[in-house]
Parts: sequence; structure tokens; C-alpha cells
Amino acid sequence: MSKPSDLVQGTLDMLLLKILALEPMNGWAISQRLKQISSDVLGVSDGSLYPALHKLEHRGWIRSQWKSSENNRRAKFYSLTQLGRKHLEKETANWNRVSTAISGIVKLKEA
Amino acid sequence: MGVQQWFYSLPMRLRSLFRPHQVDQELREELREHLDQQIEANIAHGMSREEARYSALRALGGITQIEQQCRDARGGIFFEDFVQDLHYGFRQLFRSPGFSALAILCLTLGIGANAAVFSWMEGILFRPYPAVAHQERLFAIGGTAPGESRGTPLSWPDFIDLRRNCTLCEDSFVSKITGSTLSIGDHAETATGSIVSANYFDAIGVRPILGHAFEPSDDVGSDSHPVVVISYQLWRNRFKGDPEIIGKMQRFNNVPHTIIGVAPQGFYGTFVGWAMQFWVPVNMEETFENDGYKLEDRNARWIEAYVRIKPGVSRAQAQQEVSAISAQLQSSYPATNRGRGMQLWALWQTPFNNAGSLLPTLEVMVAVVAFVLLIACANVGNLLLVRSLVRRHEMSVRLAIGASRLRLVKQLLTEGLLLSALGTAGGVLVAYWCRHALVLLLPARSGISMYLPGEIDGRVMALSAAVCLLVTLVVGFIPAFQTRNLDVAGPLKSESVGVVGARGRTWMRSGLVVFQVCLSFILLVGAALLLESLQKIRTTNPGFLTTSVVVTGLPLLTAGYDLPGAKVFEDELIDRLSVLPGVESAAFAAMTPLGYGSFSSTPIAVDGYQPSLEEQPTVEYNQVSPVYFATLGIPVLTGREFTRADNENAPLVAIVNRTMVLRYWKGEDPIGRRLQVKGRWARVVGVAADSKYESMRETPRPFFYVPLRQEFTLRSALNIRTHQPLQSLRTALMREVHALDGNLALYEMITLQEQVNRSTSPQLVAVTLVSILGGLALLLAGVGLYGVMSYAVAQSTRELGLRMALGAGAANLLRLVISRGLRLTAGGVLFGAIAALALTKLLGKLLYNVSPHDPWVFGSALAVMALTAVSACLLPAWRAARTEPARVLRDS
Repeated sequence: MSKPSDLVQGTLDMLLLKILALEPMNGWAISQRLKQISSDVLGVSDGSLYPALHKLEHRGWIRSQWKSSENNRRAKFYSLTQLGRKHLEKETANWNRVSTAISGIVKLKEA
Repeated sequence: MGVQQWFYSLPMRLRSLFRPHQVDQELREELREHLDQQIEANIAHGMSREEARYSALRALGGITQIEQQCRDARGGIFFEDFVQDLHYGFRQLFRSPGFSALAILCLTLGIGANAAVFSWMEGILFRPYPAVAHQERLFAIGGTAPGESRGTPLSWPDFIDLRRNCTLCEDSFVSKITGSTLSIGDHAETATGSIVSANYFDAIGVRPILGHAFEPSDDVGSDSHPVVVISYQLWRNRFKGDPEIIGKMQRFNNVPHTIIGVAPQGFYGTFVGWAMQFWVPVNMEETFENDGYKLEDRNARWIEAYVRIKPGVSRAQAQQEVSAISAQLQSSYPATNRGRGMQLWALWQTPFNNAGSLLPTLEVMVAVVAFVLLIACANVGNLLLVRSLVRRHEMSVRLAIGASRLRLVKQLLTEGLLLSALGTAGGVLVAYWCRHALVLLLPARSGISMYLPGEIDGRVMALSAAVCLLVTLVVGFIPAFQTRNLDVAGPLKSESVGVVGARGRTWMRSGLVVFQVCLSFILLVGAALLLESLQKIRTTNPGFLTTSVVVTGLPLLTAGYDLPGAKVFEDELIDRLSVLPGVESAAFAAMTPLGYGSFSSTPIAVDGYQPSLEEQPTVEYNQVSPVYFATLGIPVLTGREFTRADNENAPLVAIVNRTMVLRYWKGEDPIGRRLQVKGRWARVVGVAADSKYESMRETPRPFFYVPLRQEFTLRSALNIRTHQPLQSLRTALMREVHALDGNLALYEMITLQEQVNRSTSPQLVAVTLVSILGGLALLLAGVGLYGVMSYAVAQSTRELGLRMALGAGAANLLRLVISRGLRLTAGGVLFGAIAALALTKLLGKLLYNVSPHDPWVFGSALAVMALTAVSACLLPAWRAARTEPARVLRDS
């Protein structure tokens, strides 16, 4: 599976879960939100979004449902499952731990 | 993956496995939706429609690639992998057909042995009665009495009270085995049938295919309603499938019976081991039982009863109620029922039939077949190990190009599953072929059709499937374990060079061989112990002559004799026989020792013997004619034999055995003392030596004899002491019988030795089965040892060549290889011996006069094992000895 090269493995999963934790969304809305909050830094192409969503769904972390959107179009909406919420909590804690450690190291002044 | 995760993902995985097109369709729809939204957004940002569309497409990327990526991301992969592994496994299987055939054969034998024993247990112990409904709730009911270890029959009135008062019983019925002479035209034959309560067929849920079953009124009266239901076999074979059979008459025991029904095919009655051929209602009991009218006699205990408890009722609850009913009967009828209870027996413990005699054998068989299966698994594991060494290259390449180790283990497990599934299929087939094998091991008796089927039902299949999975894990994980220390670079280099007896990688294979030798040694010891016991049982002195006494019988009852007529006939026949050349003496007796059926028993009283309060002394006895003791060669120690003077008009007399003297007269001379039999006093006139009565394995027990004339029965056996061969004796006997009565036939004629052999047939079954499986185990272990040694020799040709170049002779190399093989064997035997010392005690009941630790048995098992080991090593050793040093050294 091709991934954005500079995205740490698992990070995209966490971002998607986090986005869906706020509210259920369809694929397009997710892609817009991703661009918006990460200011395009992460460079997640629309193409790599769907395989990632499908993987999360098959892990049981999110689920999908066909629903009508406000302008009366059928779209597939993704939402977080109980299991996904738990996983997100774990991953977030993990991320915080690791990123604190890494940024601590990065900030070390060279002697 | 946790349970919770499966809960979410399983439906999806199944959907993507079974409805891939729908899933793809939805994805396409989803992507189109995405595009549409993006285009709209782009237009809103001021692009032209064409521009907006182009930009959106570019942003999304290739649709086909995304579809493929999504497919990869889906969990359907798990199944797709499995199918792929299976496909690959089949290719592997066909790539090395020799290996595959050997492995599958090993597993077929191992799993087949298990499936066969499961099916026997199911068919004989747990669901013993084909076509009978709800056997899981069916129990036999036996009577209990102080001093009786086994269940006794019940009386009809007690059964009626039980049936009336048992609220937890759904149904209760009676089935008592009986026999009859059946003559159709001029052809006479004995047939086995059951005396049953009128509700029998309704209670067991069997509906006659022709006619109907019995009516409630068939339960009452005295020979009031002669009707019969015949078996399907009897109908086909003896009545040629006559469709008009209902309403026709057939004589049973000389009484014409109306045939009212034909039982369905595949129904054999309710007596484990024997197929019943006819069923008559209890009101006809006098015709078949021939000792008076018993339906109102609480003291006549003759019926074998069954209850089916209601669904949801436990055995303990039912037992409680049955005990309460029998306690009630004790207080209502103290004269007949004092101290008597009733007990529920599981069908496999039924005190009345053959199930019990095979139980200890089948119990031991469960352990034995488990051993055989383990040995077979070890063999297949060993084969797979060899192959995994060959396949190390392949595995390394797969690892190198990125397969995960888990993926390799999955592959190996799938291959294991393939082997064990094929082995299981073969095994079930083996079990199916063997389902009637037990009958072949039991001696045939005339007039009885044996039926001891294995039953291959859902439960047996489920157990076999469980065994299959277990085997998969074992044979899959052994090579998988080997990939543990598989590194990518190592095997890609050249094959390392081995040394005979080198440790390292071979330890696992050697361990498996030691394990196999250990298990087969245990089986060898078990088989040898059983063989020794059988030998001891068959050569134990039964206390009577066996080879020179012949026993047969005459169907006097069926032929219409009354008591006085029979007495005259028997006396005349004895007179004629005693003057026949080659006949030393002849005597009638009610029962043959070690025969089927039980001796009459009676409460006794003895002058001067004070029984304790709880004790009600009950002793078994036999009714015998004059010169019985001389004929059977049972020594009369003091006093005299019965004579013709001891007839119905003379004072009652009895002859007691030695054990009875010790028990009731404290060893004093009992001649002239009184003994109460069935409420009447008899005088002791002799003491006979102890002998075996019901079983060769019994310990000495009290027993006595009364004159046949003083308690006459029409069904006595004729015993003849002779040195003539059976055939000529039979001819001579027939001549004498026909001189008296031209219409009489003779029953089967056998020696008492044959009788001994028949009574010990359960032991023979055990010996045969354990020997066959022990031999199989030995063979498998030999193959395992051969495989390991061959491989060791093949891997160490360089070392062998070097040794030879340095001056070792062929004999040295031969010794080197064989001693290594023997070292493995010795290890196995050591563990096996330790385990056998602990395990052989489990043979318990099957052993007779043999210590489970018999040194001779262990010694001979060791000898057989050593011999097998040496023969297994000979070929590899010979190959080692023929190593050509020059070529080997050049090659390397």
C-alpha cells in the first residue's frame, strides 16, 4: 500500500480516527478536513485515503453506513466504533509519550 | 485479534469473501460520489466544469489502483491466503507423492484406530440399541440385595408398582431374553427373542413395518394371548418376505402363535451383542420361561427392566424416586422384599447383557489408540522435519523476499491440515470397514446372531474432527518450530556437513524417535501382559475336566414333553448312553458351568449358623442327575454322589462345595447336617471340591447341588464324558435319541473346553486388539527409527568416508550406526519402562494372576523392541559400511 512517504506508519490511522471521533463523515469531507487541519503538510492524496479507511473498517475501528447528505445525495458515512475509540485513546497516549521524548531529543543543544 | 474485534470485522470479512462484486461496486459508487463532490467544490471555486472535473480526477489518482489497494487492505486476505495455501499445499502433496502417501497412511491408521474405537464405544456402550429413541435418557433397572454385587432381575409385580409410581419416568418397559426352537417345514433351528411388556414397541419408538405392536391386554393373563412380532431378518430369511404374513400362525415352543407384526429393518431389540429375532408379550411367560406362572409372584425375579426418564430429570433424581418406591415396597411386602432395592444402571453397565464384558477392554482401547495416534503423529512429524530441511531453501527465499514468519507458519499449518484431513477421511473409512470387526473376534454360537456394531454418527464424526485438528497442530507445529531458528543467509549457503551422532538440529528428530519407542514399548508390555493373562486364564484348572467332556441339549419342551415323560426319556437315554463304546458316563444338569445364563439362587439357612442381622445368606446351586460329578471329573471329597434313589419321593438331599463348608460349617464335617433350600430342609450327603461356576476369573465361592429329580426342569444340558471325537459321538448319540423319539433334534454339541474358551472371549478380544495395535505401533516406531538413522547416515557420508580413510573397517561403521540406533532405543525403553510400571495397573480387571510388573513380560518386550531396533538400523548401517572413502572425499 503506498503511503505518503514522510508520514510515520500508523499516524494516518490515528488522524483519521481522531477526525471521525468528532463527527461521522463521508470520504470527501474527511479529505477536506485532513487538508484543512494539517494545512496540506502531510500531503495525503485523496487516493490513499480510501484504502486507509477500508483497512480501519476491517479492523473494526470504524463502521460505514450509506446515508443521504443534506443536499439529498447518497453518500457513505464513516463513524467511530466503541473499539475504535479505545484504540484512539491508546494511540493518542502513545503518540504523546513518543513525541514528547522525540521533541525532547530534537531540542537538545549541540555542545 | 480479540473477540470484540472479530465481532465488528467478521461480517465484513465474510462479505468481502462471498460478495466481492458487491463490495467493489460500492467502492466505485463511493469514489464517484467523492469526484462529484470535488467537482462541485472546484466549480464553486470558480473553475469551469471541464477544468473542475480534470482537477478532481488528478487529485484522486487512478481508480483501478485504489480499488486494488482497498482490496488488499480488506481482511478477506485471511481467507484468500488460506485458499492460496491450500492450493500450494496440494501442489506440495503431489510433488512428493511417496512422502505424502506414507504420511497419510500413518495418519489414516492412527486416526482410523481412534475413530473405530469411538464408533464401537458409541455403538456398544452409549447408543447400543439401533433405532431406539432417546437412548441418552434410557436406563436399565436392576434389583439390589445384600450380598449381591451385580444387579438382580426384578419381579413383575415390583415392576408394575414401579411403573405406576414413578413420576419422573417417561416410559418403563420390560425386555427379557429367551430362546425358542423354531421349526418351519422340516427345518428346525434355535432362535433368540425377548419376552416384553405390551408397551415395549411404543416405549422405544419402534413401529412395525407390517401389522401392529402389542395391546395393553397382552400384559395380563396366563398364556392367554399367543401373539408374536418377528424381526425383519426372520421375516426376510425364514418367511421369504411374505407380504401376507400378518395373521399367519407359527409354533414357538410348541405353542401356535399368531404373527401380528414385523419389526423394521435395522432394529435388533434391546440386548447388547445379540440380534433378537422375535418378541412375545409377558402373558406368554410360562411358555418360554417354563417355571410356572410368575406374573403375580413377587418372589420370582426374572425380568430385565428399563426406564426412560423425563427430559431434564437427572439420574440422581430418578434414582432417589426409584429408591423411595423400593423402600415403600420393602415395608408393604417384607416377606418378599426385605433388604431389596432398585438401582438405575447406565446402558453400558446393564447387568443383563454383553456390554459389561467389553467395557474394560474398550476402556483400555481408548488409551491404546491414543498412543498409536501419538506414535503416528511423531512419525509424520519426523517426515515433515526431514522435508522441512529439504525445504529450508524455499523457506529462506520466501523470508528473504518478505514473507512474514507468521505467514510461513500459516502455510505449514495449512499443509498439516491437508494431511490430517485426508488422514481423517481415510480413518473414518477404516472405522466404517471395522464397524463389525468385534463380532469376528467373538466365537460364533449356534442359534444366536451376534450384532455388535460400531456406530458412526455425528458425535463420532465430531470427535474425529477434533482429533484431526489436534493432529494438524502437532504435525504443523513440529516443522514450524524448526523455522524458528531459520536465518535468511544460512541455508542459502551450502548444506552443512553432519556427523553421525552429532547433536544440534537432529535433537528434535531423535527426541521424536525416543518418544515413539517409549510409547510402543508401553503397548508391547500391555499386549504381553494381556497375552500372559489369557494364557493363565485358559490354562487355569476350572475344577472339572474340559477336553474329555462334551455338552449338548435336547429341545424336550419344544417337542411337547411333559415333566413325567421327560423324566422317563432322560433315564432311558442315560441307560443307553452308558453302554455305548467310548462313553464313560453321562449326566443331565440344569446349567452348564461358564455358560450364558445364571444359576438358580436361594436364601439358605444352616443349623448352627447364625447370620448377622443384615445378612440374608443366599447361595447359588445347580440341579444335577446321578454320576454328574464322575462325568465332569469334580472330586467328591467326603460322602457320596447323588443316585437314582434320590428322586422326588425320597428325602431331600444336597451336596455342598468346600468353600460352603468353610463358610457355614466352619470347616466341620457337614455330612448329615441340615440345609434349608427354598424354605425346605435338605440333608447334606456329600462335599464336592470347588470349581469354577460362572467365570474362570472368579475366586472360590459357596455353591451346592441338589438332585435334578427333586427340582426338575425340562431344559437341562446333557454332559457326556468320552474320548471319542465330536462327530462320531454326535452320530452315535443321534442314533440313540432317534431310537427313543424319531422327531427329536439335537442342540449344538461342544466340549467344555470350548465352553471355557467362549467364556473368556472378552479377554481374547482385548488380547487381539491390543496385539494388533501394539504391532502397528512397533512397525511405526521401527519406520521412525529407520528414517532417522538413514538420514543421519546420508548426512554424514563425509565423516564416514574420513573414518574409513583413516582405517576404520566396515564392521566398525556398522557398529557405529547400530549402536547409535540402539542408544535412541535404550532411551525410549527406559522412559517406556518407567511409564509402563505406572500405567499397566490400569489394565486392572483384564489381568488375571499376572503382576502388572511381571519381569518376564518386561524382559520379552525389551527383546522384541531391541530386535526391531536392530532390524530398523541394519539397512542404514549397511549403507554406511559401504561408503567409498575416495569418492566421498573427492565429492566434498
